[in-house]
Amino acid sequence: MTTISRTPAPRRIDWGSPFVYFVALVCVAVTIAPVVYLILGGFRTTGQINADPSAWPDPWVIDNYVSVLVSSNFWVQLTNSTITAFVTTAGVILLGVMAAFVIARYSFRGRDALFTLFTAGLLFPLTVAVVPLFTMIKGLGLLGELGGIIIPQVAFALPTTIIILVPFLRAIPVELEDAATIDGAGRFGFFWRIVLPLAGPGLVTVGVLAFVASWNAYLLPLLILGDPSSATLPLGTQAFATQYSSDTAKVMAFTTISMIPALVFFTLAQRRIVSGLTGAVKG
Amino acid sequence: MSFSTTMTAGSATTLADPARPRPRQRRVNWKSVAMIWGFAAPALIVYVTFVIVPVGLAAVYSFFNWNGLGPLDRFIGIDNYVRALSDPTFLKAIGNNLAIVALSLLIQGPVAIGIALLLNRPLKGRALVRTLIFVPYVLSEVVAALAFKLILQPSGPLDALLESVGLGGVTQLWLADQNVVFWTLFFVLSWKYLGFAILLMLAGLQGVPDELFEAAAIDGASWWSIQRYITLPLLGPTIRIWAFLSMIGSLQLFDMVWVLTGGGPVNATVTMATYMMQYGFQRSQLGFGSAVAVILFLISLVFALVYQRFVLRRDFAGSVTRGA
Repeated sequence: MTTISRTPAPRRIDWGSPFVYFVALVCVAVTIAPVVYLILGGFRTTGQINADPSAWPDPWVIDNYVSVLVSSNFWVQLTNSTITAFVTTAGVILLGVMAAFVIARYSFRGRDALFTLFTAGLLFPLTVAVVPLFTMIKGLGLLGELGGIIIPQVAFALPTTIIILVPFLRAIPVELEDAATIDGAGRFGFFWRIVLPLAGPGLVTVGVLAFVASWNAYLLPLLILGDPSSATLPLGTQAFATQYSSDTAKVMAFTTISMIPALVFFTLAQRRIVSGLTGAVKG
Repeated sequence: MSFSTTMTAGSATTLADPARPRPRQRRVNWKSVAMIWGFAAPALIVYVTFVIVPVGLAAVYSFFNWNGLGPLDRFIGIDNYVRALSDPTFLKAIGNNLAIVALSLLIQGPVAIGIALLLNRPLKGRALVRTLIFVPYVLSEVVAALAFKLILQPSGPLDALLESVGLGGVTQLWLADQNVVFWTLFFVLSWKYLGFAILLMLAGLQGVPDELFEAAAIDGASWWSIQRYITLPLLGPTIRIWAFLSMIGSLQLFDMVWVLTGGGPVNATVTMATYMMQYGFQRSQLGFGSAVAVILFLISLVFALVYQRFVLRRDFAGSVTRGA
């Protein structure tokens, strides 16, 4: 490869146009206004909210948040959601990257059929399969158990995961595989030492998708877990909103707190996505 | 060759990929075959057992009159299908799903691309803006629906806001007026899912190497022509992935509608999935509900097959490199 002397390129154009900032500002405002409203609403009393739905908290009250944070149901649901989301994510990534790896990089009998089979999974919403699933989970004795939602969630997240990962893994240059082979790495060595690190950004992307899908899942937990004391957060939030439907402020506090963990996780993961793809090979 | 370039060029959802035919020995290498299926087997087993088999069972149930409890012995042929397709409410549901597909592609897509292009530019506080824009996507549909139920209620904060800026005449019964509620639903859906589209587009944009922009800028190309002739074509595969996911998601829409409107009022926001829940499962007509599920699946399948043909043709035409 020839060496191209790279003069520091002039920063292409001066982008500081006010229009960009204006659009960004509008987007952000529309996006977070409902969330901010929820958060602030949690600091008011239902009486304040009924008197003027769009005013600031006056005075600020923290009773709603405190009452949520001392309720045992909330902590049980938080734990359930966390365990479910992490185990689901780990399962999807592990199974997904293994299958995507062979689909992406080896030609073998049945490869296209295998990929088509997984792709077809995009067409099956959980709703189509939910009643037979319920019967199966019951038969396995997993009714009321987190395992009863984790396994189907892994299964239903596999199509998206594999579809996203296959092009990612295929894009790893053949030269790297050849180099690894010359250096004495077998296929497993290539998979562990080259593919997994390089696929990092792709794994983060599918991991975030699986995590968020699991964290937000509603229908399956509703059927499998049922009762609020063994529920996940969305289920618990909905139950809470129904139970305290007259106490708007309390509902707002509960929904606010229930969305914090996902926001924190996503903020952390998002940095890796953004700093993403240009890393290993290019640098 | 940079990793990111290849990533973009290769990231179309093509099934038959001639991208990298690797020379292999003709002789079957059993060790290699064992390794390949050893890697694929765990995913395949879980997927077949918990996705394919239940879907297959749903197809079986659809030919029976079954309440979910007794034995599966009242075979009634295609009666469930006939009943669904002759019900005006179900036809309305199909129409609503198709309308959401069209609106998503025509409105959400361009908006997401535009925002992603802007956010990909140097911008003070860009990381913060990006993070905030993704916020709705990480909220559960339950939370989003509950929040908007509070915000959109009559004399709620939205109405108060509109009145305070002199637009009191615009206020509607956002969730109760059957002529308005569909648009309300579409707005809330867009609020929820634009972040996902932008996430995908930005990831795609990162795959476009800076050198291309620099070269184009040196050649005197304007910002608009850089977007039109370099970014958009290179973003093509990402856009096509998003469009596919968006279409399928719109056809399968359930959670948001179920919590926000329950399909009402007067079936104004009914979708195929909420119809299935309401008229199948909640009334213990699991055979009928399964028939609705199968119809939903078949409609999705037609969309997917047509789209695959379209995608394949475009990718074979070399659109990635030529921008045609």
